[in-house]
Amino acid sequence: MASIRPEAQYATLEQQTETAQLGMWAFLATEVLFFGALIFGYYIYRIAYTDQFILAGHDAKLVLGSINTALLLTSSVTMVAAIELIKRNEARRAATALYLTALLGIAFLGVKGYEYLQDYYDHTVPVLDFVLKPHQQPPVELFWLFYFVATGLHALHLTIGIVAVLILAAHTRSGRYSAAYHSPIEVLGLYWSFVDVVWLFLFAAIYPIGRAG
Amino acid sequence: MLIPYLIAWVVLIGLLGLSIFTAYLPLGHFHPLANFGIAVVQAAIVLAIFMRLKDPPAIKWVFAGAGFFWLLFLFGIGVIDYLTRAGFPS
Repeated sequence: MASIRPEAQYATLEQQTETAQLGMWAFLATEVLFFGALIFGYYIYRIAYTDQFILAGHDAKLVLGSINTALLLTSSVTMVAAIELIKRNEARRAATALYLTALLGIAFLGVKGYEYLQDYYDHTVPVLDFVLKPHQQPPVELFWLFYFVATGLHALHLTIGIVAVLILAAHTRSGRYSAAYHSPIEVLGLYWSFVDVVWLFLFAAIYPIGRAG
Repeated sequence: MLIPYLIAWVVLIGLLGLSIFTAYLPLGHFHPLANFGIAVVQAAIVLAIFMRLKDPPAIKWVFAGAGFFWLLFLFGIGVIDYLTRAGFPS
């Protein structure tokens, strides 16, 4: 328990933890604008080319997207479980919850990879292999461009999250964190759930369209 | 200790189901609105409960709110061009 004392610039551990959390929130505010601009652009084109975007959305893999949404929502539960467990000084169980969180994240990437492969077989990958189907016009390619840029950036964020969770899981298992000090887990939990929030908006934009009628 | 989180998870999965269900409804132009609206509710639950915005200190709200505040400017000023430009899309 060497790290139980706060760093020199803080009066208490609580102040240090609070500062770290606010730092993550400040970073997340920039992420809100980053993904916000992307999603804003999507809706502008969705309104401009409504019919074509509905035609394009029909080919998005709703089942795979839904499974992935459920996986991420579940991973947010295991993430907060890790925080609650370390607050009770149950380091081993907290580490298990973190490993489970990373596993759910990896499962998401696995499903996503399989989905990309299906998209490739469907000739919906701009630049690589893109073929317009009957009644489709060029704005359909815009939809798929958004799809790959947005889900790709999201997957990159998730990959960073998985690596960080695995590192913290190892640290937790080795007894570095306790009820008194577990600030990194709390801060990473914010990042993890935020990546979850981003996905919820991407899901709404990409998957549940083009099915009616 | 995990009960509130599990309740939130059940509600979130329920909303996911609702979002999938709306995909098959003939909502026309209200489709994006319905799906975006559901996503907003889901995001609010994740922010409040999983990201613990409901817990103190309240200063977290200032930091979390800042991102969404500036997003309003991004959306607001961004959309002016498209609302006022004649003949979009050309």
